[in-house]
Amino acid sequence: MKIHINGNIKEFKGIKTTPEELIIKLNLNGKRFAIERNGEIIPKKDFNKIYINDGDKIEIIGAVGGG
Amino acid sequence: MVDKISNTSDDLTIAGLSFKSRLLIGTGKYNSFKETRSAIDASQSEIVTVAIRRVNLGQSPDEASLLDFIPPEQFTYLPNTAGCYSSDEAIRTLRLARELLDGHNLVKLEVLGDPDTLYPNVVETIKAAKILIKDGFDVMVYTSDDPIIAKQLEEIGCCAIMPLASLIGSGMGILNPWNLEIIIDKANVPVIVDAGVGTASDATIAMELGCDGILMNTAIALAHNPILMASAMRKAIESGREAFLAGRMDKKPYRASPSSPVKGLIK
Repeated sequence: MKIHINGNIKEFKGIKTTPEELIIKLNLNGKRFAIERNGEIIPKKDFNKIYINDGDKIEIIGAVGGG
Repeated sequence: MVDKISNTSDDLTIAGLSFKSRLLIGTGKYNSFKETRSAIDASQSEIVTVAIRRVNLGQSPDEASLLDFIPPEQFTYLPNTAGCYSSDEAIRTLRLARELLDGHNLVKLEVLGDPDTLYPNVVETIKAAKILIKDGFDVMVYTSDDPIIAKQLEEIGCCAIMPLASLIGSGMGILNPWNLEIIIDKANVPVIVDAGVGTASDATIAMELGCDGILMNTAIALAHNPILMASAMRKAIESGREAFLAGRMDKKPYRASPSSPVKGLIK
């Protein structure tokens, strides 16, 4: 399946994945971030309950230096 | 800061939170996270602004992040909407920030109107502020130095009004003290100068006008020695605040007044 993540298309095996699995695949486990799927925020408590499907648009954001 | 004469505290209160420091600093443009942290320590700031951006997907698992150096448990984070040119973008960014920071509601709203001047789009700012406040956010709002807009933002429910002193990152100082004074005079919520301060004397001037605090980034980060400038800014703000509280002497244009007795001169 193909997922749009932060503006890039990434290809993964299978037909769906959870945010929790996706984070591990992206080497982001242990980091602090928030995730949006198709414009809707996925609450942290739902990271292993919701599925990300082929064609979904995912944004993964974090805090960076800024004024 | 403690008033040294009466020994009463002079805390800055924003949205029910109390702060000893009246200096709020941005975390952008530093050479390293270590330098950012050292500057914050030297400034003794308690509120730090951060930007919200897409994470770098190619990073290694042990790559350091800003949060490792500036733990959100030790500082009050102020996520901003820098780079947003519409109310929709700003609202989306701050909702993500709230999720990122586990329900943290205190935010800095800025909606820009023009990439060359980074001048705020006050129409979009008002629109975003209304929605965010309804959604439970405590909104500190970057705005122009227009006193009518400032008052409207207060009436909507913004918890701090943050007019520019001059353009973001310009270091041009306090260009319109008259407008700032009108805003301060009319406001019932903290007025924090956001943007334009270039050096310590600018910060002192703003505080002497009666500003409740100053938010700055570039003046510290792009100083030749950012850590020393952070310390200078802390002193400048404390100094300006004390001078404001003390109340300056009346100006006597074109008339000197001797400080030494005029009686008993040796003749």
